[in-house]
Amino acid sequence: MLDDKDRIFTNVYGFQPWNLDAARKRGDWDDTKALMARGQDQIIEDIKASGLRGRGGAGFPTGMKWSFMPKEPKPGKPSFLLINADESEPGSCKDREIIRHDPHKLIEGALIAGFAMRARAAYIYIRGEFIYEAKVLFAAVEEAYAAGLLGKNAAGSGYDFDVFVHRGAGAYICGEETAQIESLEGKKGQPRLKPPFPAGAGLYGCPTTVNNVESIAVTPTILRRGPAWFAGIGRKGNEGTKLFQISGHVNKPCVVEEAMGISFKELIETHAGGIRGGWDNLLAVIPGGSSVPLVPAAQIMDAPMDFDGLKALGSGLGTAAVIVMDKSTDIVRAISRLSYFYKHESCGQCTPCREGTGWMWRVMERLRTGEAAVEEIDMLLDVTKQVEGHTICALGDAAAWPIQGLLRHFRPEVERRIAERGNAGGDMMEAAE
Amino acid sequence: MSDAAHFTDEAEARARWGSFSWTAENAEQVKKIIARYPPGRQQSAVMPLLDLAQRQVGAETNTQGWLPIPVMEYVGRQLGMPYIRVLEVASFYTMYNLAPVGRYHVQVCGTTPCMLRGSDDVLDACYKKGLKKGATTADGLFTLTEVECLGACANAPMVQINDDNYEDLTFDTTTAILETLARGEQPKIGPAIDRQTSCPEGGPTTLKEMVSENHDYRGQWGTAHA
Repeated sequence: MLDDKDRIFTNVYGFQPWNLDAARKRGDWDDTKALMARGQDQIIEDIKASGLRGRGGAGFPTGMKWSFMPKEPKPGKPSFLLINADESEPGSCKDREIIRHDPHKLIEGALIAGFAMRARAAYIYIRGEFIYEAKVLFAAVEEAYAAGLLGKNAAGSGYDFDVFVHRGAGAYICGEETAQIESLEGKKGQPRLKPPFPAGAGLYGCPTTVNNVESIAVTPTILRRGPAWFAGIGRKGNEGTKLFQISGHVNKPCVVEEAMGISFKELIETHAGGIRGGWDNLLAVIPGGSSVPLVPAAQIMDAPMDFDGLKALGSGLGTAAVIVMDKSTDIVRAISRLSYFYKHESCGQCTPCREGTGWMWRVMERLRTGEAAVEEIDMLLDVTKQVEGHTICALGDAAAWPIQGLLRHFRPEVERRIAERGNAGGDMMEAAE
Repeated sequence: MSDAAHFTDEAEARARWGSFSWTAENAEQVKKIIARYPPGRQQSAVMPLLDLAQRQVGAETNTQGWLPIPVMEYVGRQLGMPYIRVLEVASFYTMYNLAPVGRYHVQVCGTTPCMLRGSDDVLDACYKKGLKKGATTADGLFTLTEVECLGACANAPMVQINDDNYEDLTFDTTTAILETLARGEQPKIGPAIDRQTSCPEGGPTTLKEMVSENHDYRGQWGTAHA
């Protein structure tokens, strides 16, 4: 188990106040000027050396992402840092805890990261439903301005930097970086074709880097303690600490910061009070938020919870949102409900996703009730392959993968329902309406 | 998003809301909001302005609020945006109500993490109190919507009612919340069980010092790992 002294988010449960005074006593904003005085390139090098990979799901190396930004912004084309606080992936609820209980870690990180990538300002795009969290964030930003930590000569560093908060209004797709940029520009949140990548032309056509809340909020601590400290936790290529979000059929669901690579069993046993009904009652786990394929109990038990460990199981760490399902779960319904989610959240731009998500959900419902014909299983699998990889953004993939995971591991259960209903050789109904 | 928007009668909305304008307090707020974006980029303010407008309509009707067409036109004029661009935004995002709602907008999360922990029971409690999905009760008190993941999965199942989250619910606690609201009182916000936010029930497994004091762990950092 990770030592408390190595935890970054010490106020994760909000036992103590979030305000600047309390945050400072926990170590935030402690001589930020000195951290910045190391220089922009050195900060980027330190973040690279720490091994930090993006905490929003994709796991792209954070330091490298920052290095793509122009070293000398062109006149009239300032650079922007866009902080993705649109936490909407089913299972994910970590950025919420950072924002409502430790907002100054995020704001200090915004200044340091923004400075390192030579940005003029940061926008924090927070999902609309985080109403209380946004109130805290607005107030924390105001505190930082009043204390001279933001604005002209931010934190006495000689660097001018602004932080603005922008509230979304309910759209999962705005967690996709280019959709988020569109949304921030006052439009429907529909993803853009890439290239150009945001680092070349992002917000208002200016160079932009989009980072997850957790990636930015861990930055000041990494710099204070040195990249070797962070890199010394977890396995190679999977370094550092991570906020895990444990939901579903555990005895005590919770959010907890742990070392990357902790085994599933230790994570659940230590922090979540074990599986409801005991370990023999575990059916399957979605280890990284709704978009990643599920993993059956036997395979997940001793798996290291990190990027490579879960990739090896044909799944992924994603946002480290661990959705646990015990044997009472209607597994087909659990995945079908996710199919409904993606149908609801498809932005409607690309045909394979707009039409495919609805089609896949309708067939999933037929599999759930067993009214489908047995051939529909392969047909569904085929359609998921046609949606996957054929859309502008990854929502199509995200809709396809949970279904593929279900059929990979629970095909006998799906077939059993069809057989039970006695429709195995029956007429195939048109799923498309 | 893929759900079709339901529009109300335009003539009626125009008669009631044709002369909509910001309250003095909101007009000040609007200036602050627009100043967050670079000059010439005021379209970025459309989302916060629609939210503010919906809240003002809500305050004037004693409901959660909604966006009548003349109100969207008003926001568009303020930002130099054609009405259709405003409508595109208002109809794309789920939090904008395009039709009137009740005093309390009961938004039950039904996505898988909540479903696993009993969102069916939460919905059942709502049905037993006479709420129907997509409809407002006859007394104008409650509108029920099943929404997608609201990002409180470690506190599932949950419901957001207007601006407040109610978490770790059961059939009974949901019923109690609806009854409290119906009496005109404020239920306890947050977890309905004895629990601090997303901390494990029964107390933290980590960072126990933080429960009673604002502990500074830096003293235990020691020298950086080699």
